[in-house]
Amino acid sequence: MLQGWVIASVSFAYLGVLFAIAYFGDKRADAGRSLIDNPTIYALSLAVYCTTWTFYGSVGRAASTGIGFLPIYLGPTLMAGLWWFVMLKIIRISKANRITSIADFVSSRYGKSQLLGGLVTVIAVIGIVPYISLQLKAVSNSFTILLHYPEIVMPAKAAAQPLLQDSALYIAMILAAFTILFGTRHLDATERHEGMVAAIAFESVVKLLAFLAVGIFVTYGIFSGFGDIFSRVEAVPKLKSLMTVADTGASYGSWWSLTFLSMLPRQFQIAVVENVNERHLARAIWMFPLYLLIINIFVLPIAVGGLMHFPDGSVDADTFVLTLPMAERQEALALFVFIGGLSAATGMVIVETIALSTMVCNDLAMPVLLRWKWLRLHEKQDLSGLLLSIRRWAIALILLLGYIYFRAAGEAYALVGIGLISFAAVAQFAPAIIGGIYWKGGTRQGAISGLLAGFAVWTYTLLLPSFAKSGWLSINFIEEGLFGVALLKPQQLFGLAGLDEISHSLFWSMLANIGCYIVISLRVRPTVVETGQGTMFVDVFKRTAGAEGTRFWRGSAQVQELLPLIGRFLGPDRARAAFLAYARRRGLASIDALEANPDLVHFAENLLAGAIGGASARVIVASVVKEEPLGIDEVMNILDEASQVRAYSRQLEQKSQELEEATSGLRAANERLKELDRMKDDFMSTVTHELRTPLTSIRAFSEILLEDPKTDLIERKKFLAIIVREAERLTRLINQVLDLAKIESGNAEWHTSEIDLHEVIEESVAATSSLFSDKHIGLNMVLSGNVPKVKADRDRLIQVMLNLLSNAVKFCEAERGQVTVTLSAGDGVVRVDVQDNGTGIGEADQQTIFEKFRQVGDTMTAKPQGTGLGLPISRQIIEHFGGSLRVMSELGKGANFYFTLPLNGNGAEHREGRTEQ
Amino acid sequence: MNRSILTGQRLVAIFLLGCVMFNYPLIALFNKPAKLLDIPLLYFYIFAVWVLLIGLMAWFIERRED
Repeated sequence: MLQGWVIASVSFAYLGVLFAIAYFGDKRADAGRSLIDNPTIYALSLAVYCTTWTFYGSVGRAASTGIGFLPIYLGPTLMAGLWWFVMLKIIRISKANRITSIADFVSSRYGKSQLLGGLVTVIAVIGIVPYISLQLKAVSNSFTILLHYPEIVMPAKAAAQPLLQDSALYIAMILAAFTILFGTRHLDATERHEGMVAAIAFESVVKLLAFLAVGIFVTYGIFSGFGDIFSRVEAVPKLKSLMTVADTGASYGSWWSLTFLSMLPRQFQIAVVENVNERHLARAIWMFPLYLLIINIFVLPIAVGGLMHFPDGSVDADTFVLTLPMAERQEALALFVFIGGLSAATGMVIVETIALSTMVCNDLAMPVLLRWKWLRLHEKQDLSGLLLSIRRWAIALILLLGYIYFRAAGEAYALVGIGLISFAAVAQFAPAIIGGIYWKGGTRQGAISGLLAGFAVWTYTLLLPSFAKSGWLSINFIEEGLFGVALLKPQQLFGLAGLDEISHSLFWSMLANIGCYIVISLRVRPTVVETGQGTMFVDVFKRTAGAEGTRFWRGSAQVQELLPLIGRFLGPDRARAAFLAYARRRGLASIDALEANPDLVHFAENLLAGAIGGASARVIVASVVKEEPLGIDEVMNILDEASQVRAYSRQLEQKSQELEEATSGLRAANERLKELDRMKDDFMSTVTHELRTPLTSIRAFSEILLEDPKTDLIERKKFLAIIVREAERLTRLINQVLDLAKIESGNAEWHTSEIDLHEVIEESVAATSSLFSDKHIGLNMVLSGNVPKVKADRDRLIQVMLNLLSNAVKFCEAERGQVTVTLSAGDGVVRVDVQDNGTGIGEADQQTIFEKFRQVGDTMTAKPQGTGLGLPISRQIIEHFGGSLRVMSELGKGANFYFTLPLNGNGAEHREGRTEQ
Repeated sequence: MNRSILTGQRLVAIFLLGCVMFNYPLIALFNKPAKLLDIPLLYFYIFAVWVLLIGLMAWFIERRED
């Protein structure tokens, strides 16, 4: 025998445990070590979806429609596949805009419209209150049934009980107190309740375990496994039909519409507002469907088992979960089941009433209070207490409404019927939400008319008929249509028959809702704020995370004005703390250092939005801020810029890196160019100087000859010889300049062939032999006999040799001079040395002699010994064939000029290839 | 981000697969009073597909590298 006090004290003990968990969760959250910062807990908290409607109702539905209980769980499973994009987007938007409820979401999207927020709130309250009363009914019924243990007595009509003996009333009061304790301990700017979520996750575990316990008991305790149950079903034709779907279009249609209905976004509070980290969503995508799967495994065995166990139909199938263990005298199990059902009910009621109270406070009460001047709200210093008490009263009121509905209509429908009506009401938000996050063109008026139309059709086709069936309205209204017009029959609207009432209502309400939303949106021009908010919602992923820079009005206010304003709603201390944190983030030491600018206003508005909703926050902040609205073009520009920023910033990073590389390359090139420019100037001045020297002497001697006809013949011959020699020098100089220019620009002609260096050296020596004999300088040749041929231009190599030999002669003392030419091969190169014992070259000059017009000694004063182009040209030639020309020397000890040429001749070919291009 | 979009697309593919497998006409193929492993065929089919979908989602999500 289970006494009432046993059940009550176990229930209270359980609620105490819940409260302890919630309290602990809040403490941990305050300490910064969040208990619910865990994807598994997030997934479990989402299982608040499984209310008593699942816990008790699934079995009832399975007992009457067989497979019909499943679409409600298959829908969310399918939808989970889209969460990755859809839910993530909603979460991201909500976090960016501090959205705290579904009404706030819709109103923010459509231009922070107070009207829309209020409308959503009203629909949500009307749609969800029956669902709450369903939970009350389930708990109250299960309590009553359990109280009669071990007899199985169906609860009498609730209304028949006197008010004060009605357990549902006490349950509603306890739940209200519990929710107020959980949900409105303080006013939070983010409207998150970590402790509550922890308790909800715990409840999800409890109800799952309780349901599995019954399932296992029925399947393996009463029967002997799945096979046994299903083979017994064979014998009963009525049960056998539950194993298949009636093979008609309508039953598949209703299957589909239920799947679709249950796909629509729900649990906004848990899934979005209470989400700690959007990464948690990933695991919930598969874990939440898994939870649904597990809790449904035993539904059919329990349903069939119940139908076989109570064949006379005296026991309501909705109670099989509880009555089967009772019939088998499993006292503890029955109590556990009751606690599981209590878990399912409390979880749903707490979450929904908190969500609804937030909406009622922010989107219904606040706008009204702000308008009623006689409340003198503007004079009150601290409104945070007022806000909290509005919420507390809202919670109590919602539960009271739930109870009233339960008393009035609770017996009109089975549990599942109420659940689906509620689902269909909440489904009306889907077009405005889904359209709002993917379609920038959706407008406020479109959303309002869509919601109104959908809600009106829902009321007419589902809610009013449910009233009629409860006897509050004339049943004629259903059977004959409004004013007796058959086309207006609420459950066969316009003659549409053959669908079940939910599918029928869903079809017409969605048609009206989506149709109005789209048509009106396309007909009405959106305002600036609507367009701006729309773009911000749709393009949320294109914006940088936490970018608070986008707003559609500019205005500024002093911190001295804003802080008290926010403080009135959040409480002065919390407001101060939030402003201080904001100042610190900006690197400022105190609140007073904050500048009056649009950023500050935006921050304040966002802060306030968390507490009282976006639309009200807009109105309040606007009251102290002098604003100039922006034009539509300006807003679009801001948005375009903002949305492109993210894409650009990545590209920019890349580009700037490339640019940096290019810049350093360019800088080097620029240095080189400057150097070249200077060299060109040097070169030009040197060339002019070099050209002027012979020209001057030619001109001087020519003038002497011209002006003085009496010059004697010998003199004349002497002068003419100088003129000729200088003219030759000039010619040579010009030829060499041209030659060098050609080689450097790559326009020189090269005649490459296999050449024997012996021949080249001998020919050069023969050509310069007169120079040697004139100065009586000795010449030795050490030519290695076994030197392979190289690929090069024969004439050019002779030019190099001539230059080196004549240089050697030039710098050797007459009579004592000694020049040695050596030819050797080795290490892939051939090497030619021209060694003299002349004056030698100092270390400083060893590099410069290869530059143009540089000669050892001062060309300005000393008489130049050559053009200064021989060595540069020679080096160019040797390098052209892939070799190198160098010098080894010490001052006073002679010089050794040597060049090497590669044996394979690759260098030559390579470089020629390039010259030809 | 690219990998994350890839995962998202895989999940959408699972959604589409589920939409097809849980609806008419595929479901009608299994709507027979037969049994498989002692379980009515239709239930067996739905739970098998259900397990498959959840398994695929878990596979793609837990093995992603982002």
